Amino acid sequence: MKKILILGGGTGGTIMANKLRSILDRSEWDITLVDQYKTHYYQPGFLFIPFGIYNKNDVIKPKSDFFPPGVNVIFSEIDLIEGDKNQVKLGNGKILNYDFMILATGTQTRPEETPGLKEDLWYKRIFDFYTIEGAVALREFIKTWEGGRLVMNIAEIPFKCPVAPLEFVFLADAYFHEAGIRDKINITYVTPLPGAFTKPHATKMLSGLLEEKNIKVIPEFYLERVDNKEKKIISYDGQEIPFDLLTIVPVNMGNDLIERSGMGDDLNFVPTDKQTLRSEKYENIFVLGDASNIPTSKAGSVVHFAAEVLLENLLSSIDGKPLYAKFDGHANCYIETGFGKGSIIDFNYDTEPLPGTFPLPGVGPFGLLQNTKFNHYGKVIFRWIYWHILLKGKELPIGPNMSMAGKKL
Amino acid sequence: MATKNYAGVAIDVNDEGYLTDPAQWTKEVAAELAKEEEIELTDKHYEVLQFLREETAKGSPLTIRKVGKSGIVDIKGLYELFPGGPLKKSSRIAGIDKPSSCV
Ligand SMILES: Cc1cc2nc3c(=O)[nH]c(=O)nc-3n(C[C@H](O)[C@H](O)[C@H](O)COP(=O)(O)OP(=O)(O)OC[C@H]3O[C@@H](n4cnc5c(N)ncnc54)[C@H](O)[C@@H]3O)c2cc1C
Repeated sequence: MKKILILGGGTGGTIMANKLRSILDRSEWDITLVDQYKTHYYQPGFLFIPFGIYNKNDVIKPKSDFFPPGVNVIFSEIDLIEGDKNQVKLGNGKILNYDFMILATGTQTRPEETPGLKEDLWYKRIFDFYTIEGAVALREFIKTWEGGRLVMNIAEIPFKCPVAPLEFVFLADAYFHEAGIRDKINITYVTPLPGAFTKPHATKMLSGLLEEKNIKVIPEFYLERVDNKEKKIISYDGQEIPFDLLTIVPVNMGNDLIERSGMGDDLNFVPTDKQTLRSEKYENIFVLGDASNIPTSKAGSVVHFAAEVLLENLLSSIDGKPLYAKFDGHANCYIETGFGKGSIIDFNYDTEPLPGTFPLPGVGPFGLLQNTKFNHYGKVIFRWIYWHILLKGKELPIGPNMSMAGKKL
Repeated sequence: MATKNYAGVAIDVNDEGYLTDPAQWTKEVAAELAKEEEIELTDKHYEVLQFLREETAKGSPLTIRKVGKSGIVDIKGLYELFPGGPLKKSSRIAGIDKPSSCV
């Protein structure tokens, strides 16, 4: 019996378990998946919890609902990958061997990387919405908040779903408008990058939205620490920004397991061939999703597209053939802009988001880099697609590689 | 896209003055780019520039934290070398892309 081991049963691990079990012969291949938790979170839904649009129950389901029969699932912490021995040690001391491994342990937020962030004001005046706990605590705060300075800050790049903090300020603007207190709130978007938008077409098409909504942008602010007493964030070059409510994307890092196993870069992301998706260190390990260091967005849509390429290459590898499938970094993300509207971007390693229609040229129905009601519906139905199509490893009517059809230069 | 003369060579640059082909970069070009940012390059600067170029060639995204962990300078030191936007300025002088996100 040959063995495939999947580490991590989030978006990527679940997709691969479904795809592989339907293809590989059960009498020849044993598939084992390990994850530490039993609950699957629909992470894109976290964004909506602070505004009461979703609640906790809208974004959780048991992981076991999504694993196909015929896959051995082990709920345990993973302690160590010993790539030279083709074996993995679990938290309970158990040892698992493999012929091939798929590594999909994602990225997690690390508030403790920033001095002062996880101290007195944490979950009192400072919240993340990248965890269920943070999103729910922020909901409770916002319910009764009477106004003041709302500061949205990104601590470090890269972080997962790079558009989420933008969506957050757009939705906050709409929410406080509807609550009748928008005039009592200053919204500031603080980023280490040179701007909220950095790509020429996206800047041209979308940056007007920030002005229109009276959201101030402070670029090139690189967070050093948080002063809890004075309620200020302070950058390395001494800029200070006071807040009454700080929403933060903490430093994102790969799991400590990656560091322990000597497989990561300085943020514990795994060096991965950006086209074949194979680990640069071990020939029989493929890396899927947020855990890898490939230079595209850390997003569920990327995981979905990359999974198709990874599957092809894993099958080639099993047959001892060269890896011919090439991933192009394709990402496709909805951007909620508030008041029932949204935008959508579609891009890859080489092509920045361009205006046009998606997926059909001239027809759409989605408008790339445009602000439309229909784009918002796309985000709304994405949750259904995520649970019913994406996680099950089924195909969507869009191929893995980006298409130029419908895009305008 | 345009061409501009640096150190006597025609260099391709984009609208924001960043090199579009990192292979056209030389130390002399860097010195002139630095002058435009009002920076006089020292050996320390060149070490940072070299590090940025090597990391970029490897395809890994650059962050100030990464430079801070490089053993060349700490984060405060990087700000002193390239005041007011260290990564943006150092990237331009290193002949690589401006730090960016997906949008
Ligand atoms: C607020 C927010 C909004 C988002 N919005 C969007 C969106 O609109 N569109 C989009 O496409 N994407 C969005 N995303 C991103 C998307 O959710 C992720 O990119 C995607 O889930 C990544 O999948 P993954 O399999 O790489 O990692 P994950 O799904 O995070 O799975 C990693 C798994 O590994 C397990 N694990 C890690 N380490 C260990 C260990 N040592 N032992 C045992 N188990 C371990 C974890 O428990 C987890 O289950 C959003 C994310 C957030 C936070």
